[in-house]
Amino acid sequence: MKISKIELEELTCPSCINKIERTLSKKEGVQEVRVLFNSSQVKVTHQEDLISADQLVNLIEKLGYRVSGAVHSS
Amino acid sequence: MNKAQRNILIIISSILLLLAFILHLSGVNGPLEDSLLITATIISGYPTVKKAVLATRMKAFSIELLVTIAVTGALIIGEYVESAAVTFLFLFGAYLEAHTLEKARSSLKVLMKMSPQTATVIRAGKHEIISAEDIQKGDRVVIRSGEKVAIDGTIVTGEALINESSVTGESIPVRKAKGGEVFSGTMLETGYLEVIAEKVGEDTTFARIIDLVEEAQESKAKTQQFLERFASFYTPGILVLSLLVWIFTRDIHMSLTFLVIACPGALVMSAPVSMVAGIGNGARNGILIKGGDTMEKLAKASGMVFDKTGTLTQGKPTVTAIRSYGINENELLSLAAEAELMSEHHLGRTIVEEAEARGLTTTASSGRVEVLKGQGIKAIIHNTTLLVGNLKLMLDAQIPVRQEAGNYAVQQEKNGNTVIWVGAYDQIRGIISIADPVRAEAKEALNELRANGIRHLVMLTGDNRYNGEKVGRQLAMSKVFAGLLPEDKVSKIRVCRQKGERLVMVGDGVNDAPAIASADVGIAMGIAGADVALETADIVLMSDKLDKLAYAYKLSKATVRNMKQNMFFSVGVVLFLLLGVLTKNIFLASGMLIHELSVLAVILNAIRLVYFPESPFQPGRWIRNFSAYAGTILPKGKWRKYEMN
Repeated sequence: MKISKIELEELTCPSCINKIERTLSKKEGVQEVRVLFNSSQVKVTHQEDLISADQLVNLIEKLGYRVSGAVHSS
Repeated sequence: MNKAQRNILIIISSILLLLAFILHLSGVNGPLEDSLLITATIISGYPTVKKAVLATRMKAFSIELLVTIAVTGALIIGEYVESAAVTFLFLFGAYLEAHTLEKARSSLKVLMKMSPQTATVIRAGKHEIISAEDIQKGDRVVIRSGEKVAIDGTIVTGEALINESSVTGESIPVRKAKGGEVFSGTMLETGYLEVIAEKVGEDTTFARIIDLVEEAQESKAKTQQFLERFASFYTPGILVLSLLVWIFTRDIHMSLTFLVIACPGALVMSAPVSMVAGIGNGARNGILIKGGDTMEKLAKASGMVFDKTGTLTQGKPTVTAIRSYGINENELLSLAAEAELMSEHHLGRTIVEEAEARGLTTTASSGRVEVLKGQGIKAIIHNTTLLVGNLKLMLDAQIPVRQEAGNYAVQQEKNGNTVIWVGAYDQIRGIISIADPVRAEAKEALNELRANGIRHLVMLTGDNRYNGEKVGRQLAMSKVFAGLLPEDKVSKIRVCRQKGERLVMVGDGVNDAPAIASADVGIAMGIAGADVALETADIVLMSDKLDKLAYAYKLSKATVRNMKQNMFFSVGVVLFLLLGVLTKNIFLASGMLIHELSVLAVILNAIRLVYFPESPFQPGRWIRNFSAYAGTILPKGKWRKYEMN
């Protein structure tokens, strides 16, 4: 299990939270998704062999959000 | 779509809109104006439509979809002005929101910039510059003037002035030398240090503060929960309304307008944006407030309970005054210290420490010491009898006490000191005053709390009644409970809470952990580095200054007030929009304009909190200042009664 912290460009509309959380949590290998609206970050707990941090970034970008910052994994 | 591209779209579409407007003014209506407007709609609508499509493809609902439908509808019915204005306002609004939100959220980002990217370490005798992430526990890290500290650790060589404001909120630099601790995120102003890394990366106090604040900003205040519930009915409700209007009245205009105002923007934004600004302001000042809920509870508090030792007082008895008779101060101190070296009384240790601090030699000489319980000690050194203790000890030994010395001692005791008499060669040689001094800023901080609405200030202490009441009187506490065990403190708090008091408990976070946990709001202070308190308390004051407590309280009130203003405003705007649409006074473009303006208004209002307590925008104060000024120039008499206080 791995926690990835993905930084997004400034999130402005709170409806983004649901959009991102719902889309990501439907994916296999994703255990928990939390959108930190106020710090414009997504924290994802996922199984790396099923879905990688890069794949997560890809999904978020497909929703129309730019990933701005580094992906911290721990 | 990146920011630069979006900005270009905004500029192009605003030029197109302007051209269309000029054409309209010059009376050239027709296909040219229409084509300009349609082009503007397409250009400024592109990002919105793209987002809507992307989200729909991922089977996610989005506000962009509603706007897209509304705009498409407007184009179909030929309302080109409306469609162009709606897409432009939506895009430009998002741009302004992003910028203003960034400002409202800036406090934490400012803090995060304090952690350095690189650091110099000594490995195998060589200086190496490495990325801060690669520092290992146990590395010897070099920090020079102007550099930021990348780790938590203990100083092994060097001396420096360190600015710890990023952690404690105190901007006065602290001098540190060998054996001292440094914290990640602080800055070395002048000097040179070599430090052994003890905590690195995510484990440093600084990293944990950032993490805590990030989490705190997401936690929802009650007001926010209420607004979100409201919003969760609002959007579907408006959509249903839009559909009903269309089915029953075939009024396509009104239906489309409903789609535009269905986004609950200001509503859901109003509470969190105030909280973020408030919590961020606290974090920048060394005050960690662990959530919106805590912020609301602190603002509503009716009473504050304090631990005495270490919270209201400095927590360490010190020699506060020395008066000597016939010999000088240092001679007196060495005499007393020599005798006290052989005793184990804690006040005795204070005297010895003071003597050592003054560089006096305090080697224990061989001699006989007798401890007289409740009075002091009697030592025989160099064939003289040395008495160190209270007045009774002197009187019992039939040492004459002069009137002046007696008066002085009484005065010192009234000021909260414990007085220690020193007698030698059958004479009074001096008086040493010892006290655990009340913190210098305590009185003012407590007065400020009272002035801002805390009705009861109570002290709970494990210390005896006499000492407790002395401090209580000095600080004008409403009540003092002395001689308490930690579990007594907990039950006192429980009893008060059952009576309906909303209590804040302030303590050091270690001994008082149970009491802190049992209050409505638990505040731990002065624990830069102490891990326990970061977990158990609701609010952590990183520096051990009581004025930060008054600041935290005022900040919480300001934040809650700000949040309420935003809440009433945004609910008001929603009602206004609904009424406006139903009475056919608001259409697509004006609906979008009011919506975007209201979102901006709540963000701008919240930004005032970033600057708290020096807000650049204080209409309340302006009015008060103006009326105070008016009061001075208006004639006395009937006008006076309108003066504000």
